[in-house]
Amino acid sequence: MTSKTPGTPRTDGTPGTHGTVLADPAPERGRPLVELRDAGKAYGNIRALHGVDLAVHPGRVTCVLGDNGAGKSTLIKIISGLHQHTEGEFLVDGEAVRFGSPRDALDRGIATVYQDLATVPLMPVWRNFFLGSEMTKGPWPVRRLDIARMKRTADEELRNMGIVLDDLEQPIGTLSGGQRQSVAIARAVYFGARVLILDEPTAALGVKQSGVVLKYIAAARERGLGVVFITHNPHHAYMVGDHFSVLRLGTLELSAARADITLEALTNHMAGGAELAALKHELAQVGGVDVEALPDDAAAAAKAAAPDTAERTDAAESDAAVSDSTASGTAEGKA
Amino acid sequence: MSMAPQAEPAVVAPPAPGPKETDGRTRERPLALRLLARPEVGVFLGAVAVFVFFLIAAPTLRDGGSMATVLYQSSTIGIMALPVALLMIGGEFDLSAGVAVVTSALTAAMLSYQLTMNVWMGVIVALVVSLAVGAFNGWVLVKTGLPSFLVTLATFLVLQGVNLAVTKLVTGNVATDNISDMDGFDQAKALFASSFDVGGVEVKITVVWWLVFAALATWVLLRTKYGNWIFAVGGSQESARAVGVPVTFTKITLFMLVGFGAWFVGMHQLFSFNTVQSGEGVGQELIFIAAAVIGGCLLTGGYGSAIGPVFGAFMFGIVNQGIVFAGWNPDWFKAFLGVMLLGAVLINLYVRRAATRR
Repeated sequence: MTSKTPGTPRTDGTPGTHGTVLADPAPERGRPLVELRDAGKAYGNIRALHGVDLAVHPGRVTCVLGDNGAGKSTLIKIISGLHQHTEGEFLVDGEAVRFGSPRDALDRGIATVYQDLATVPLMPVWRNFFLGSEMTKGPWPVRRLDIARMKRTADEELRNMGIVLDDLEQPIGTLSGGQRQSVAIARAVYFGARVLILDEPTAALGVKQSGVVLKYIAAARERGLGVVFITHNPHHAYMVGDHFSVLRLGTLELSAARADITLEALTNHMAGGAELAALKHELAQVGGVDVEALPDDAAAAAKAAAPDTAERTDAAESDAAVSDSTASGTAEGKA
Repeated sequence: MSMAPQAEPAVVAPPAPGPKETDGRTRERPLALRLLARPEVGVFLGAVAVFVFFLIAAPTLRDGGSMATVLYQSSTIGIMALPVALLMIGGEFDLSAGVAVVTSALTAAMLSYQLTMNVWMGVIVALVVSLAVGAFNGWVLVKTGLPSFLVTLATFLVLQGVNLAVTKLVTGNVATDNISDMDGFDQAKALFASSFDVGGVEVKITVVWWLVFAALATWVLLRTKYGNWIFAVGGSQESARAVGVPVTFTKITLFMLVGFGAWFVGMHQLFSFNTVQSGEGVGQELIFIAAAVIGGCLLTGGYGSAIGPVFGAFMFGIVNQGIVFAGWNPDWFKAFLGVMLLGAVLINLYVRRAATRR
């Protein structure tokens, strides 16, 4: 790993890039914060990603959708610095980069909420919150953690997101899944000065908690952050997304602005409507399946196959509903 | 659920300004339970029990001189147990730690004697060699992703062979030549192997070094970024990497710390006995690891303390000397040790479960 040894600017006691969001001159609207041009990644002879274009603009939510194995995780691992691309270009602020480690991405203000949350279960909540970007005080030989300030900050940030923990000293492993998720998001929002990447943040959550997460995404967009929202749920994506990219088998199947696509079409792309029609045909050959009862056209088939049919009515509402469709964050943070 | 396995109990600042609203669903656990969840508490109780037992079984142990011997014995294990414990919290262990001590001592002795330099030259070169061995272990580990058991087992075997072969090649003997009449010997002896008088009792300087290193390790572990990283790379290496912890740096430097410990103990042995037997050190690595585990460090990493291994090493010292002072056959030492290790592990397991249950 080529990451820097201790003493990076971020870790010398200054709050790092956080808080500079408002002070930064707003980048020109035309230039994306993060851009992939014809990028790809091969693991040995397996091509996980190929020819992908993606742009993340400030104050916009870019949704990346796709089925399992479509290359979503590979895509975010490139942006977050865990892996390096093997083809094409990866630009940050218009400058071609190749991150050696997630540290490099964080130093550029790109923070990620990983699907596995990237927490250390036996460490206290506040240590997890600041892990890798600890606040310190004092000159070098006796430079030490500023524990009081870190606890205070972590508590404030968590409360801002509606999470109240009695004891920040408790190991993060003792929190519930939803609480851990919230801590991971709060951490990324705090450190992700410019770009926030969320990898399947709603996959493990209930309906209400998903709503809270979507609200955070909308709030991050309002603050001018560029957000990359990875999901396999088109309804969630359509609620907050400004741009949609659908990946299939490692290539870009669709890249469309919000104005150019309907939820119906997005769902169809996402579920692979054509494939479902073929499947229906195959099932008819096998027999024992009542294909007559299945919807006829591909789009309807896709709709039926969407992961959470129960939420379809919710999703039909506009994304404006997101901000008021959920109760106070405090309650959900705990659930 | 308010357990903080590796964090300190008292931080003065209130966690939040303004009226503190609470979750309301958790109840603060009793102080006794919270104390029990700390990694060093189990071993502390165990050490006290063993201590009291031998004070009763071996009356001569109550003498100041005997206590000094016990502490000296503990310190030679304890100084090495500290970096071994840090490494274990960092998720790895080092089987080459025992023979690395001898490698370091041999390097210093032979270099000084053969090239008729000041002993300090040998001491410094030995430090470089020890750190290099540690760095090599760490580097191979992080570059290959092999388990530390394999990597350090290989180093253990290599060092064991090199110790014997090179010593025979250079001195024609299995031991190094006596270096006690060389320049700088007295200075070095004062640093590594002297003793001082406390109320009529001779106390070895290693006891002081042991406690100084333990205090330093505790501070680093709980109060510095590096300490945070140690817990993180041991607890979840992938998570640590994902949030920007320099995992490679942390692991390699942890192995180098073990190298430093091996150098220090090696120098102590050299300047106490003036010569070094090249075949020694085998089996010591397991004693260090046992002391760390008895001290409450989780073998799989991510949990432990630096003060626990101090008590762990103290238990070793007390059992080792206690058996002698009690007039028992010293052959029982290892058997006693095994029972102690198993007991300590079980107690630690039970205590941690009881205290962190939610």
